[in-house]
Amino acid sequence: MEIVMIVVIGCLFAGATYLILSKSLLRIIIGTGLLSHGAHLLLLTMGGLKKGAPPLLGVQAEQYVDPVPQALILTAIVISFGVTAFLLVLAYRSYQEIGTDNIERMRGKEDHD
Amino acid sequence: MLNWAIVSPLIAALFVPFLSKYVRSIHTGWFVLPIPVLLFSYFIQHLPLKPYGQTIPWIPSLGMDFQVYMDGLGLLFSLLITGIGSLVVLYSIYYLPKEKEKLGHFYVYLLLFMGAMLGVVLSDNAIVLYLFWELTSFSSFLLIGYWNERDRSRYGAQKSMLITVFGGLSLLGGFLLLSIMSGGTYSIRGWIDMAGAWPEHPLFLPAMLLILLGAFTKSAQFPFYIWLPDAMEAPTPVSAYLHSATMVKAGIYIVARFTPIFAVSPLWVWLVMGVGMATLCWASFHAARQTDLKGLLAYSTVSQLGLIMSLLGAGALAFHGDLSDRRLYTAAVIAAVFHLINHATFKGSLFMAAGIVDHETGTRDIRRLGGLLGIMPVTFTVAVIGSLSMAGIPPFNGFLSKEMFFAAMVQVANADWLSLEVWGALFPVLAWVGSVFTFLYSVLFVGKTFFGAPKPSAWPKQPHEAPAGMLVAPVVLAVLVIGFGLFPNVLSETVIAPAADAVVNGLLRGEGLSVHISHWHGWTTEVWMTIGVIAVGALLYKTFPSWKRVYGAFPEQLSLNRLYDASVRHMEEQSYRLTSAYMTGYVRTYFVYIFSAMMALLIATIALKVDWGLSFRHVAEVGVHELILVLAALAGTVTTVAAKSRLVAIIALGSVGYTVSLFFVLFRAPDLALTQLVIETISVSLFLLCFYHLPKLSRHEKGVRFRLGNAILSLGVGALVSVIALLAYSEKNFASIAQYHIENAYEKAAGKNIVNVILVDFRGFDTLFEICVLAIAALGIYALVKLKAPKGESGKYE
Repeated sequence: MEIVMIVVIGCLFAGATYLILSKSLLRIIIGTGLLSHGAHLLLLTMGGLKKGAPPLLGVQAEQYVDPVPQALILTAIVISFGVTAFLLVLAYRSYQEIGTDNIERMRGKEDHD
Repeated sequence: MLNWAIVSPLIAALFVPFLSKYVRSIHTGWFVLPIPVLLFSYFIQHLPLKPYGQTIPWIPSLGMDFQVYMDGLGLLFSLLITGIGSLVVLYSIYYLPKEKEKLGHFYVYLLLFMGAMLGVVLSDNAIVLYLFWELTSFSSFLLIGYWNERDRSRYGAQKSMLITVFGGLSLLGGFLLLSIMSGGTYSIRGWIDMAGAWPEHPLFLPAMLLILLGAFTKSAQFPFYIWLPDAMEAPTPVSAYLHSATMVKAGIYIVARFTPIFAVSPLWVWLVMGVGMATLCWASFHAARQTDLKGLLAYSTVSQLGLIMSLLGAGALAFHGDLSDRRLYTAAVIAAVFHLINHATFKGSLFMAAGIVDHETGTRDIRRLGGLLGIMPVTFTVAVIGSLSMAGIPPFNGFLSKEMFFAAMVQVANADWLSLEVWGALFPVLAWVGSVFTFLYSVLFVGKTFFGAPKPSAWPKQPHEAPAGMLVAPVVLAVLVIGFGLFPNVLSETVIAPAADAVVNGLLRGEGLSVHISHWHGWTTEVWMTIGVIAVGALLYKTFPSWKRVYGAFPEQLSLNRLYDASVRHMEEQSYRLTSAYMTGYVRTYFVYIFSAMMALLIATIALKVDWGLSFRHVAEVGVHELILVLAALAGTVTTVAAKSRLVAIIALGSVGYTVSLFFVLFRAPDLALTQLVIETISVSLFLLCFYHLPKLSRHEKGVRFRLGNAILSLGVGALVSVIALLAYSEKNFASIAQYHIENAYEKAAGKNIVNVILVDFRGFDTLFEICVLAIAALGIYALVKLKAPKGESGKYE
């Protein structure tokens, strides 16, 4: 199962990279969304996808799945959500101020000629 | 006491601004004058010399202490610096008007320079020496650019800064190599004591070349002399002090100081002697074509420095031959030291005379000058004495040292080792040619300025003799020129012998290094050479207008100044071109750099380090539900990437997010699944909000344009991530620490949801700061939305 997941994660990364290299700001942010999905799944996969009970002691089981990667992912999800939200509002505000979504047209002014 | 003598000008410099600001009625120079005078009298008390040193701890743990050592060489330079320093300060009091000039600045820079120069010649610690060395470059930069509203001043200051700092840095490199060779000490005397075994050391040659580079740039040797003529934009007292008597001799000092270490190398002898001789000939040839008085003096300084340098090179031969040779070639060192003193005296007086001419007529152009003989008799006398001494005419001191120079070069021609039997004969010939041109420009200096018909129409001012105060310093120097010329042996045992002994480092120990300078040796070769110099020089002067055109034959394109200007311009242009080539300003380009660099590094590491023994013993089996989800995730990803409209991309991203949360369900992570669901929902609505506010853009929406480069790059990144994940997974070495958390979540932390216990108990700190992240994001968003630049101030892009 891990090998299959690793391939899926590779596809997510490839898609994310492709979107990040594009011109539209919104697509770049979509790319970062894909990238964080890939990273979260990678964390989970590398922790091992062995069968076992959910990490709840109420469930009596011989074996539980590893709880540590889950805690890490939870933290990462929240942080990437915060960053994505900020990025989105930033993109929204830059449309308002600059009037373009095209990253190629967002160039700083040259300092000197 | 010696340490304090060195830093006293630096301390005094702190008080100058207050004096110049609050005591307006008295020229600031009068307050500065006592400092060099007192220092001079302090240094002269050391005669007859007993070498001694002192140390004040600075950074003892690194072997860097303020270590000073006074020997003959140090004392000679200290006397020059303070003696000529006193005269220059006196001269500047009359030269710079109190009302118009920024005197505070001038004297601060001058005192900084004086202290730095004393530090250079008296420091025994190489790092401290380097520190003072850079301070001389720096203060010289400030002094050259003193009239900073003039373009030429700023150009000259920048040029001298670039060249001398380049040399200074290579000097530092040489010092560091020497310190490595000596096992960590920075004491120059320590190096000299250890130097015996070094010629075989692999670092010996680089250290020697670096130190020579430093010395040659500072002392304006070929081809680094080009900064000196441009430094003539400085006020004349500065030119007289820095660019004739002191700073340009710092390189001479370094060569003399390091002679005991490096002179055993034939390359040292050849480089010092050859570069000195080349500088002498080249600069004396070009001095005669100058039309600016100070330009002529600048080139003449360069040529005289070359003369001293070549004498030091000849003196290094004393380390090679047998005992009788030692004494013969030590004579070259004595000549170098003697000419050093002579040059400081006559060149100082000549610069001051040129400054007076400039000050009184308003021009320094010799084409506009002439016939000042009757108007400025005292200045004329000073200039004649200085020029004749420079030309090497008896009975002035320049004559004596030039005779000694010829004698030394004839000795070099007689040497029969170090390939000198083949090339040695060149040296007396070149020395003679250089001296002929020296004679020529010396006579031109006086002839064009003071003789001929007066041209009152060309003079900006009506000239008259300078005030008495301004004449004191040049007259004192001229008197010294005559004094040392008539009674040279006043100096020989007191100053010259200890200095020469320091240069050859007691090579003649036991036999006594005796210096006796006599005017007349009989009809020797050097006398005939001097007669020839005068005869040919006079002939050249008479016919100068008819052969002046020779100077035009040299293509201006190939001159070193052109080369320097072009290379500075080229470097600026090329670096600008390089920078604008890779700094495109497009975010995409930088992403390409980053991804490519990441890939290159990882691929190289994998190719070099990894052995491909993959094993997947722990792999879980694949279930049907998972396979369906995998397909869903893949489909979502493809749709997101390939979608034509942004709306489709957003929804596809949402579908990927929900698939991920389903994965979390399948892989038994209930908290993750919950969070992911909620957050994905909010994110998608935010995306939609963003999309909704783009009515203009949504109408004519274009899909992602396919770019092959992007596609290859992103496939590469994806493949690489997969490969690394596979490799990492197959080499699982340790068991997880999960067992601890599972066992203790209830026992110690009283919770049954292990993930939550980890988040708030075992690893609660992470959670605290993740809360902070959310808070900052929320505040940031609030600020973004609420704070808007007023109309008209928000910069529209393009």
